[in-house]
Amino acid sequence: MYGEEPLFGLLNRVGTPVEGHRPWPRYRLGRDGWLRLIEGLAGNAWSLLGLWGEPKAVHAAFREDFSGDVAVVSLDCPQGRFPSLSAVRPAANRLERAAHDLYGLTAERTTDPRPWLDHDAWGVRRPLSEQPAAPVPNPGPYTFLPVEGEGLHQIPVGPVHAGIIEPGHFRFTANGETVVRLEERLGYVHRGVEGLMQGRPVTEAAKLAARISGDATVAHSLAFARAVEAALGIEVPARAVWLRALMAELERIANHLGDIGAICNDAAFAFMLAQTSQLRERVLRTADACFGHRLMMDRVIPGGVASDLPERGAGLLLELVAELRKRFPPLVAIYDGKASLQDRTVTTGIVSADLVTRFGAGGHVGRASGRDQDARRSPGYAPYDELAFEVPVLTEGDVNARVWVRIREVEQSLSLIEQIVVRLPAISRGLDHPSIPLESGRGGEGMALVESFRGEILTWVRLDAEGVVTRCHPRDPSWFQWPLLEAAIGGNIVADFPLCNKSFNCSYAGHDL
Amino acid sequence: MLKHILTSLTGGPVTEAAPAPADPALAELAGKLDKAAKARLGRSLSIREVDAGSCNGCELEIHALNNPIYDLERFGIRFVASPRHADVLLVTGPVARNMREALVRTWDATPGPKWLVACGDCAVSGGLFAGGYACDGPVEQVLPVDLRIPGCPPRPTDLLAGLLALLETSAAR
Ligand code: SF4
Repeated sequence: MYGEEPLFGLLNRVGTPVEGHRPWPRYRLGRDGWLRLIEGLAGNAWSLLGLWGEPKAVHAAFREDFSGDVAVVSLDCPQGRFPSLSAVRPAANRLERAAHDLYGLTAERTTDPRPWLDHDAWGVRRPLSEQPAAPVPNPGPYTFLPVEGEGLHQIPVGPVHAGIIEPGHFRFTANGETVVRLEERLGYVHRGVEGLMQGRPVTEAAKLAARISGDATVAHSLAFARAVEAALGIEVPARAVWLRALMAELERIANHLGDIGAICNDAAFAFMLAQTSQLRERVLRTADACFGHRLMMDRVIPGGVASDLPERGAGLLLELVAELRKRFPPLVAIYDGKASLQDRTVTTGIVSADLVTRFGAGGHVGRASGRDQDARRSPGYAPYDELAFEVPVLTEGDVNARVWVRIREVEQSLSLIEQIVVRLPAISRGLDHPSIPLESGRGGEGMALVESFRGEILTWVRLDAEGVVTRCHPRDPSWFQWPLLEAAIGGNIVADFPLCNKSFNCSYAGHDL
Repeated sequence: MLKHILTSLTGGPVTEAAPAPADPALAELAGKLDKAAKARLGRSLSIREVDAGSCNGCELEIHALNNPIYDLERFGIRFVASPRHADVLLVTGPVARNMREALVRTWDATPGPKWLVACGDCAVSGGLFAGGYACDGPVEQVLPVDLRIPGCPPRPTDLLAGLLALLETSAAR
């Protein structure tokens, strides 16, 4: 199943390696090579990790899940066109549409050529291309996919939703109470992050990275920092590496706690949210006391971390772990024992194993449907190689499985925090702070894969010799999860949509950029 | 479950004392509300939250206001689902152009008297996003702003202090 030939085998045949891309190789392909790659993709299981544009080139990243090999492939497109990957990797479609809207690159023979991020509101077309174009005069409405059949009706929802949530549009087609099809339209919170990063020094771009998706601010900052450090070929102090993991696990716990409660709340079981939101608050206050910000925003920076753990920090963290270990299990028991809750979550919103594999979906969405993938383990990064943890995987693929994956991950993260606090390395000799200055004078290209609470983030960056970002592409895990939400709700009742949606909790901001 | 309820009953409230209404907010609001509006509102406010391009960090802290520790509803302030029911729009984000129309339409759908609160640095100043092709922020470039709560994101106590100031000013004397 895993291809007749390994990833690097094919790429060495059809492409040439590009110097200065770390830690994984990047290959430049000709058009023929790109077409051979597409042929190869039709017959193997390499996961698409990302696809992004530049004014006259397109890049894609792949992983051979079996061996863990990762590579980036690039195709120059002087005419602004490239053969689409969407027929062999459906998850490529929205990324290609985004590359079209931002860079004016046309995906040939695509499965869906409609615009995606561009809603005809920017006052400019292809804003990041070499020649931005004037807006379309009198743009028509967005065309949703046609739905035909007897007795169908449509329910348009959003972009402004009924709760305190991010904006996006959902077009439901229902037959009575049953959803026949859901189509998403996203892009409402596109802020132009990639364009704003361009031309900024690393330290400023890092602030933008921290604001890609507020709930995953630590993970996105970490992915950006690691990509920059890879590009520059520098290693940060050991203490910083461990503190970063500490923050990442705190973030994971805080989000899972909030979401577990919110899922139950959407099943009209408000008690659980009242309880888990208190636990979440407890985590945020500890984060605040330890790192000076409740969400730990801007605390992971290229070169290390912005603030060291204060002396009382270790004690506070161990207290937090002890308290959560006492207060969380009884709530889990209630979740497990409430028939009225189980009735709503079990067998609701099922995503098949085949779909999560085809879309390369990670995080709890992938792992609840049997996709055993976690960036902390493969490709893996420090300090997780020195820590003991399990990656919970279930196969049911329903809302309940996604809740359980999160419950198990909370337990794992508590153990990780404990291990980190106990083994935290001392500050390196000669440093008064767990970070090192970034030398300018060399540029490079770097990439990082980081496991956020939501799944795997890919960040790719190119720096010039002055340490200025010339291109950065942060790919949020939501890109590969949003399309599956459309599948998850099919055949379910409209009233179960909030539950399904919350069990995914995809990021709008992280996706729309 | 029963045990939990009993502990909750005997354990006393977890809710914390409220912060004082924010002084700068009171100053900003002074004179913004006329007598008639005050009389109509009494001591209650209904808030419709609109994300106009937020990173969702602000939303996380707005959510926290509803947890039992901050318990916003004890002050008569509550979040509502429809702008038709709202007195206040709480707007986050640097007004992504793709959200501008939806924001303006939500404001138009809110019956007067109404107020607009800009929440977070993005909404207050445009934050890091002002000036790009994709954003129109700060919010005051698009709609009249009555109160600004800065912060990235503002802490729940800051949000609470700002909203209490709004309540103070709007309450009938
Ligand atoms: S103010 Fe900060 S937290 Fe709020 S939306 Fe803007 S970047 Fe996010």
